[in-house]
Amino acid sequence: MLTINNLRANVGDTEILKGLSLNINAGEIHAIMGPNGAGKSTLAYTLGGRPNYEVTDGEAHFVNKDGDYDNLLDMDPHERAAAGIFLGFQYPVEIPGISNLQFLREGLNAQRKVRGEDALSGAEFIKLAKEKAGLLKMDMEMLKRAVNVGFSGGEKKRNEMVQMGIIDPKLAILDETDSGLDIDALRIVGDGINSIMRKPDKAVLLITHYQRLLDLVKPDFVHVLANGKIVKTGGAELALELEEHGYEAVAA
Amino acid sequence: MSALPTKRDEAWRYADLKLLADIWQDMPAPEQVTVKAGESMARQISEIPTIGNGVAIANLDVIIEDGATFTLHLLAMNAQYGRINIKTTLGKGSHFELGGAILGSGDQTLEIVTETIHAKPDATSNQVVRSVLGGKSTGTFMGKVHVARDAQRTDAAQSVKSMLLDRSATANSKPELEIFADDVLCAHGATVGELDKEALFYMASRGLDPEKAKRLMLQAFIDDAFVSAGDNVRDTIESKALAVLEALS
Repeated sequence: MLTINNLRANVGDTEILKGLSLNINAGEIHAIMGPNGAGKSTLAYTLGGRPNYEVTDGEAHFVNKDGDYDNLLDMDPHERAAAGIFLGFQYPVEIPGISNLQFLREGLNAQRKVRGEDALSGAEFIKLAKEKAGLLKMDMEMLKRAVNVGFSGGEKKRNEMVQMGIIDPKLAILDETDSGLDIDALRIVGDGINSIMRKPDKAVLLITHYQRLLDLVKPDFVHVLANGKIVKTGGAELALELEEHGYEAVAA
Repeated sequence: MSALPTKRDEAWRYADLKLLADIWQDMPAPEQVTVKAGESMARQISEIPTIGNGVAIANLDVIIEDGATFTLHLLAMNAQYGRINIKTTLGKGSHFELGGAILGSGDQTLEIVTETIHAKPDATSNQVVRSVLGGKSTGTFMGKVHVARDAQRTDAAQSVKSMLLDRSATANSKPELEIFADDVLCAHGATVGELDKEALFYMASRGLDPEKAKRLMLQAFIDDAFVSAGDNVRDTIESKALAVLEALS
């Protein structure tokens, strides 16, 4: 579904990704762990097409609806979204004056338009939003409020998952979605990821520091990212090993 | 007719004096508006009346009698040089609500100039002005609030925010307070900023193309000025504004 080959990327003048390669197939859940500053968030933002994250070398391709691969790096951020990539933000942005519902409906319908699908009507959209909010146990009233404005850290993360449910992407790249969540919220978010994304035609790239999310969302592969490269890959047991012995001992 | 103003006249220092000179002798006298005691009146200016040669001027002189309310909504966008002058004198316990948007592009010069006189006690006024300025346009809000010695317990608020879409645009915000009473609240805030890039990327990541994302943000920004309007007025003014915002974004 996603192939990344020898990707190098700068943020400003600093090279952060230094030749990263990764393949993600449909039906797989991948976790990326690694020390602070290794380039985990940079990987997420680079795949999302954030301005100022400049790719200097390498390739990234993403499968299209015909099963062919498109050059992801040629696409604008909104085109990547329409292609089926969802970026879960570590720090979701507050947008005063625009309600969550308006924001998501406009976003979803813009994606559908690019894909040649009909726009959802107001009623269809509300029904979908209600269902996904319910799944993540988020009060529908919160979706009527401005995007993330006045939300707690945990509410913002839960809102990211409601958005993911509504948008229903092919690939979700979730950047520390578990940080800032209490134990109950973590369980709700973990269950949400499983029910929305654990399907044969979907895939997840989970960026996390902690084993506790991986207890809920069992990864098929765990990668250790250090100094801009993937230095070790294993199964779910690798995360447990990291938790016990630390990055230095395991990835050295 | 008085002499043509110069840059030294505070109230005209940001005006397009060249264009003003052509029509100065045709300057309309202020329209007199009186809101009778205890009554409410709402007015909108969504198109500034054209005087000629790219110049549009609106000029109101409003008296709000005791206990009355005057609500005014303004849209300044339809002229090469456009100016809206509002002078308001408030009676005891009256209220003046003003919401205005300035939308400029090209090399337009657009101004909203208010003079709000709290002449009697217990009156309140609230002014919200939002400007969106692109190209080499200039948007100016000057708001003078005068609180007479006798006008105790006045509450006069001003919120002025400007959004520059290009570094070549200019926003002038000038609140001015003249207070002779000692028991008053006069809050005023002014900011000048640009579109939040983080928010634009966040919106793009959910599928919104850059133009649409920009437009939604600008709509939300100017909406602050029209929340005080009834639904009908809000819809009418905002749909007029939207046409211009689409061109700007």
